[in-house]
Amino acid sequence: MTKHSPNLKAEKIAGGVHTGQRHDSAHKHVTGAAVYIDDIAEPAGTLHAGFGLSSATHALLKSVDLSAVRAAPGVVDVLTYADVPGENDISPSGMHDDPILAEGKVEFHGQPIFCVIAKTREQARHAASLARIEYEELPAIVDIWNLDPVKDKLVTTRLVLKRGDAEAAINDAPRRITGRMRLGGQDHFYLEGQVSLAVPGEDDEVIVHCSTQGPSETQHLVAHALGVPSHAVTVEVRRMGGGFGGKETQANQCAALAAIAAKKLKRAVKVRMDRDEDMTATGKRHDFVIDYDVGFDEEGNILGIDYMYALRSGFSADLSGPVGDRALFHCDNAYYYPHVHARSAPLYTNTVSNTAFRGFGGPQGMVGAERVIDEVAFAVGKDPLEIRKLNFYDAMGTKGHRNVTPYHQKVEDCIIQRIVAELEESADYAGRRREIAAFNANSRYIKRGMALTPVKFGISFTKTESNQAGALVHVYTDGSVHMNHGGTEMGQGLHLKVAQVVAEEFQIDIDQVKITATTTAKVPNTSPTAASSGADLNGMAAQDAARQIKNRLIDFAAEAHQIPKDQVVFLPNRVRVGNEEISFAELVRQAYMARVHLSAAGFYKTPKIHWDRSRGRGHAFYYYAYGAACSEVSVDTLTGEYVVERTDILHDTGRSLNPAIDIGQIEGGFVQGMGWLTTEELVWDDKGRLRTHAPSTYKIPLASDRPKIFNVALTDWSQAYEPTIHRSKAVGEPPLPLGLSVLHALSDAVASVAGHKICPRLDAPATPERVLMAIERLRTEGRGAA
Amino acid sequence: MAGVKIRDEIRFILNDRDVSLKDVAPDLTLLDWLRLSKSLVGTKEGCAEGDCGACTVLVGKRVGSGLVYESVNACIRFVGSLDACHVVTVEHLAADAARLHPVQQAMVDFHGSQCGFCTPGFVMSLYGLWMETPQPSDLDIEKALQGNLCRCTGYEAIMRAGRAISSYGKAANDPLAKERAAIIVRLSAMDDGTRVEIGEGKHRLIIPADVDDLAAILEAEPKSTVVAGSTDVGLWVTKMMRDISPAVFIGNVEGLRSISERDGVISIGAGVTYTEAFELLAARIRALGTLIDRIGGQQVRNMGTIGGNIANGSPIGDTPPPLIALGARLTLRKGRERRTIPLEDFFIAYGKQDRQPGEFVEAVHVPVPAKDEFFAAYKISKRRDEDITAALGAFHMKLAPDNTVAAIRIAYGGMAATPKRAKAVEAALAGKPWTEATVEAALEAYSRDFAPLSDMRATAEYRMLASKNLLRRFFAETQAGGAPTQVSRHRAA
Repeated sequence: MTKHSPNLKAEKIAGGVHTGQRHDSAHKHVTGAAVYIDDIAEPAGTLHAGFGLSSATHALLKSVDLSAVRAAPGVVDVLTYADVPGENDISPSGMHDDPILAEGKVEFHGQPIFCVIAKTREQARHAASLARIEYEELPAIVDIWNLDPVKDKLVTTRLVLKRGDAEAAINDAPRRITGRMRLGGQDHFYLEGQVSLAVPGEDDEVIVHCSTQGPSETQHLVAHALGVPSHAVTVEVRRMGGGFGGKETQANQCAALAAIAAKKLKRAVKVRMDRDEDMTATGKRHDFVIDYDVGFDEEGNILGIDYMYALRSGFSADLSGPVGDRALFHCDNAYYYPHVHARSAPLYTNTVSNTAFRGFGGPQGMVGAERVIDEVAFAVGKDPLEIRKLNFYDAMGTKGHRNVTPYHQKVEDCIIQRIVAELEESADYAGRRREIAAFNANSRYIKRGMALTPVKFGISFTKTESNQAGALVHVYTDGSVHMNHGGTEMGQGLHLKVAQVVAEEFQIDIDQVKITATTTAKVPNTSPTAASSGADLNGMAAQDAARQIKNRLIDFAAEAHQIPKDQVVFLPNRVRVGNEEISFAELVRQAYMARVHLSAAGFYKTPKIHWDRSRGRGHAFYYYAYGAACSEVSVDTLTGEYVVERTDILHDTGRSLNPAIDIGQIEGGFVQGMGWLTTEELVWDDKGRLRTHAPSTYKIPLASDRPKIFNVALTDWSQAYEPTIHRSKAVGEPPLPLGLSVLHALSDAVASVAGHKICPRLDAPATPERVLMAIERLRTEGRGAA
Repeated sequence: MAGVKIRDEIRFILNDRDVSLKDVAPDLTLLDWLRLSKSLVGTKEGCAEGDCGACTVLVGKRVGSGLVYESVNACIRFVGSLDACHVVTVEHLAADAARLHPVQQAMVDFHGSQCGFCTPGFVMSLYGLWMETPQPSDLDIEKALQGNLCRCTGYEAIMRAGRAISSYGKAANDPLAKERAAIIVRLSAMDDGTRVEIGEGKHRLIIPADVDDLAAILEAEPKSTVVAGSTDVGLWVTKMMRDISPAVFIGNVEGLRSISERDGVISIGAGVTYTEAFELLAARIRALGTLIDRIGGQQVRNMGTIGGNIANGSPIGDTPPPLIALGARLTLRKGRERRTIPLEDFFIAYGKQDRQPGEFVEAVHVPVPAKDEFFAAYKISKRRDEDITAALGAFHMKLAPDNTVAAIRIAYGGMAATPKRAKAVEAALAGKPWTEATVEAALEAYSRDFAPLSDMRATAEYRMLASKNLLRRFFAETQAGGAPTQVSRHRAA
């Protein structure tokens, strides 16, 4: 990019907050100049890894013969659990149940047993196939459908939420429905797979370049595995080629292996998984089985509800406990339940350990809520949208009692009514409802369906200590600014947003603010970039750092010029000091000459929040983000194939820091959510082998799957209820469940084959197969009922 | 072989440089060579199986006297297949960071990148599209991007960029357009018409001089791996780590690259790619055009061949069922001997075809249906585009003047161990009045033809039900003014 001299007459800076800015790395993305871990110029003699994965699902390792592996061309070493100098564990939850390499037993098909280190990656991969391993097979639990969520083995403790007396309310309700839903998981399919490059240093030092969302956690777990203090390990990442939660904890295995090998062999070591290995050996979004029991009245008011959210955790705890928690936190979606009882069941299975994925259980919670809405709507014979509106939490500012969540937090900022009303209008919901009915009456094979679904998403880590962030800002003597913070860039434009905040604070053009790689050496003890919190936390921390320096500059200028502090005013690229205007760079130069400290570490912790898991009570979320989507589909009732005809979205990002970035997050989040609920199907066979471990068999949406008409808008009137960074709201996760509108539109189309008399109970992912089978079932039941 | 001139290096152009390689393994992929040997790391590995498009580059190949640039997957393209081609990577586009290429500037301005990892691949696919179609429709863009996965943007921003490229520059002024004649001269000079043979033992690579040379090579070395588009063999290397030496690359063999129609029969050489076959097939047998649009992504269609699709004997290969329904015949050649057999007889059992050691598929001959015949091919997959078929039904029928079924051939893929005729269903329809009642009555015959499997693509129950329903769809579509039977993005449902 060409550098320009700052415009000292500008009315506004270039790149301040609330402006649509292009991604800071866009020009590097399009030229291929953006450097990802695998693109870093390798130190001379860099070695490469290949994985030895379990071909048994649950077994004791009777013998592991690696002689042929060691003898293969190019092989330098073969790591097993015995080579881990510290603890052979990368459990993020302190459960000590996540071995780096299997020790004595394997608990899922594809679990890493050994790691070959060779001169080339090709040699390492070839060698890895030469191992001779004898297994003593043990009984394996693969699926959760037939497990007992009350009695069967959990990987960690369950959460129970309780408000009121759900059992009595359901028993006393005029109507009652019980049901069960299967909801599939999702592979992250970040385009850049898991990768780490470790470069050994002096003494016990090592630098790990790792595609990770949580550099601090990677640092701590690598240190743990090496048996060295955290200070010896530096983890750095400039950018990831996608994360989506899949690199929150799952990056740690490659990082640990690379670091162990690098320290052992005193050479740089790169560990990069092949796509199939990545999909086989790293965790995914949890699939769920949701049981519901709802009592309601003839109008469709929900009176009491009982949920069991059972999730396939895999063989270890990883983040399954908190994921199950967040499912329960969103079992209400945007609805008030007068009486509620909800439980999670993070079930142990002999499958890969499932993990964080954009929404972190929240979307799964909402799927249960929306299924219940459909059930009630079909039971009382109303449009599901009417039932949705009937059961919303009270709107912000209204004096009612329907504003308490199942976890006893008051919903104080509810704007879902206005969002839904505006979207109904802009999408012409009523008019198109009539058109669709007319179309379906005249179309034998193709049926249309439509649904409008809301989203209310809680913002904050439920792990309270994670809600803190740090930043480091330096101002150099030429007025240019170096910015660093604890958040990581995975495409969401976090660095850009934080740079906008810093530019705004100093009132300098954004190209004066240098974005730098996240590193544990600059900002310590950071939280993973997760829970949509990146800009909320790091923006505040960076603002704090910038303000400290700015205040020092004000103090300096006021004293130097003998004027009150309020006469030092930061204008675009310049500062008015009394009656004089000087450039920002000039003020900085003068401050340096006067020995003013021009560097600051910033810090932020989210106020107000608290959470008592044992009691299921607290102010778990600082605020909520809202949105709604209306989707229309066409379904071929002969094959179950479908097309998304149109989607309209209205989404709340408060006072957006960067509307262009936020629109991208919403479009992308919606399509990702739609993919999860439609074509993305994870299939394990009865032996516990994942059969969909590559893009040839696992189908994420293409350009030709996006809605034919796709209208996305931000609520230009909303602002965060709480004093968030410039009153913006988080946007990473909340748009993903907008994809539910497609699932429910498909359900609506399916329902049309039986005159909208029977709830289709369409499970997810709603592949063409599931859609056709639902159609067949409804036709059969419809005939039976007629 | 006496008298055959042999060259011991392959030659091609990489961006602006001539390259000649004497030391190139048969299984060296273009992606590894770019990234590891040339440090051109703008081209990314996303899947190493030709499905995600992060590794997309353009390959310019001479067609007749011209030069066509096509998007390909560098991850499964072998360097050995690039003789006398022009490889263009993302690094070749922008003069410098301040002067981006029109495709790149459009992607930047319309926010077409988020994480950026897939972006070079999208840029290259859009570049290939824009050179051929400067004012693309949404359908054109979607088709060009079928082989590019993006997990961040939801594609809408990329579509906006794709529509706007020409407002940033004229395709006619693009360097690859202006320098085309010069490139052709350079490439032609590289192609000296000789056989190329490089390496020995497990590192042997052969490019035949012509078809006769190919026949001689395969007769002498029947255990060779024949590589046409490498959209299948590529995965043998990247995923199964199989040894493919000696590999015989036939993609450049001119005598296998022709497609022509004579006396109502279209003959397709074994080296003809889907893209090359598309124009004639779509014009003459419309349903085949629609089907080809759903085979792989654009990159795979630019590389993969119909000959390869047949020769690898997949039970779900997309072209054999419709070709069988059309009564296609296959020419196989061994040495100087040729034989031509009905295509359906080629498929003997799962993984077993009627091909002798040293024999190769030379061409497939496809009769064009007469104007009064009905022909349809329906593919069902989990995702509409760039997905492997769950079930595919092809129907070819002639009605008698009294509306009875005079002749019918039905073939399915994904329903048995091989592409297979539905002979019991055909028998249930033949000679009967072509009515809904006849169709409904024939459905029970499916269980005599097929006992499909359940796998990750579909259950047996779905395969059977949907396959039956395809006959219902075929019937409905043969009825004048019938109700719409298919969902589609680009015409009214």
